[in-house]
Amino acid sequence: MDIPKDRFYTKEHEWASIEGGTAYVGITDYAQSSLGDITFIGLPKIGDMIKQTEFCATVESVKAASDVYAPLSGKVTAVNKDLVAHPELVNKHPYDKGQIFVMEISNPDEKANLMDEEAYRSYVEGLSK
Amino acid sequence: MDIAGTEILKKTPLYETHVAMGAKMAPFGGWLMPIQYDGILAEHAHTRSEVSIFDICHMGEFELEADPLSSGLDRVVTQNIVSMPLGSCRYGFILNETGGVIDDLIVYRVKDQSWMIVVNAATIFGDEKHFLKNMTGKCSFKNVSDKLGKLDVQGPKSKEVLVKIFGDRVKSLGYYTFSEFFLWGERCIVSRTGYTGELGYEVYIPADHVVRLWKLLLEDKRVKPAGLGSRDTLRLEMGYPLYGEDLDTAHTPLEASFDKFVDFSKDFIGKSALLEEKERGLKDNLIAFKAETRRSPRHGFGIFSKGRRIGTVTSGSFSPSLSVGIGMGYVSEKQEAGARLIVKEAAIEIPVEVVKKPFYNKTSL
Repeated sequence: MDIPKDRFYTKEHEWASIEGGTAYVGITDYAQSSLGDITFIGLPKIGDMIKQTEFCATVESVKAASDVYAPLSGKVTAVNKDLVAHPELVNKHPYDKGQIFVMEISNPDEKANLMDEEAYRSYVEGLSK
Repeated sequence: MDIAGTEILKKTPLYETHVAMGAKMAPFGGWLMPIQYDGILAEHAHTRSEVSIFDICHMGEFELEADPLSSGLDRVVTQNIVSMPLGSCRYGFILNETGGVIDDLIVYRVKDQSWMIVVNAATIFGDEKHFLKNMTGKCSFKNVSDKLGKLDVQGPKSKEVLVKIFGDRVKSLGYYTFSEFFLWGERCIVSRTGYTGELGYEVYIPADHVVRLWKLLLEDKRVKPAGLGSRDTLRLEMGYPLYGEDLDTAHTPLEASFDKFVDFSKDFIGKSALLEEKERGLKDNLIAFKAETRRSPRHGFGIFSKGRRIGTVTSGSFSPSLSVGIGMGYVSEKQEAGARLIVKEAAIEIPVEVVKKPFYNKTSL
């Protein structure tokens, strides 16, 4: 299970890589592997105001559709348009080319609600028991 | 995520093999079955270009010794079985008195008065009761579902693969015919049938030899194992129905547009209800539709026309061959190919176009 040390995680298996006031957001390796082949990504719109823990995007696999929840609150500033034609990038590269969107963070304190690599790893291990 | 929980799930003889080979297992029709190995898209593509094998041991088989007319067998099924040549298979339905579909099935004519009937896994016991209740004449009926294993060998190269195992006689099998073969001294039935739209075969072998045959098939490098996930996307691209989704007791074969598998020249259970329905007009119509995007319609989503709900999606998925969403569903108003509809569920809205089946026709069938 690939869980990079340089980012933060939610219980719903989103990741956020935070650089100053900007966060890069995607879903984790665990999430993509549980979903199986991803066939469609419903991207947020640039300018959308999103709130931590609330719905912000959709990921569909052959078998099911899943909601993506915002890891932090703020404004969507960029979306990964490559995923429209190539949603499988999320399966192949969940932490870089499969990144879903970029946001401007409105409340940096919310980072405290996220897990670091170590906490997320033990959380995922607990799920598979 | 679905967890099997406390439900007691049945396992096929290949269960340990699937787990050892890394398959993702999930409940299906009361069974714990492999949903995928390498991934649904890869298995789908492999079946369309090479050969895949599917563990279908969960499905049911009945063996009957019966005169088709005096036993009542011909009255239980909708297809004409009296006219079936020996060594042929024929698809059809068993209906209740109101014309609702109890199951879809394939009848094999093994000898003049000897039959094999292949039914869906979740309906085995209901079907058995229905046959026993309605076959009032002399007959012997055996439910051999647990004793008989079934592997589907599907894909453009399946003929070459099976010739290596069963011999040249495989080459002479035409579509919807079968023959008996012997392997390791065991009687097998190989029929040229399937649920993928590709050239393919269904192999019936005693359950205690299934694992050995599975492993022998995999020795051929063209062959890969596939799960029920790709079986579903493969069958949906052909517009083949899945019992429990596209067929059920609430709908008749006429509503499902499968009139050609119902022989009105003979008597059968449900016939008078279907004749009445023909007079009155159909309440529902099963349609096929294609999305404009990669977004998948899903079972249970509403189907809308000009803002009004006219029906419900019964099967829906991403189509790996077409790279768009596809689906089928019942609508209360007849729709012609080309009609534009909306499939909706909460915030999801998918524009679709009504199309003719199959969705995909560049197959090796």
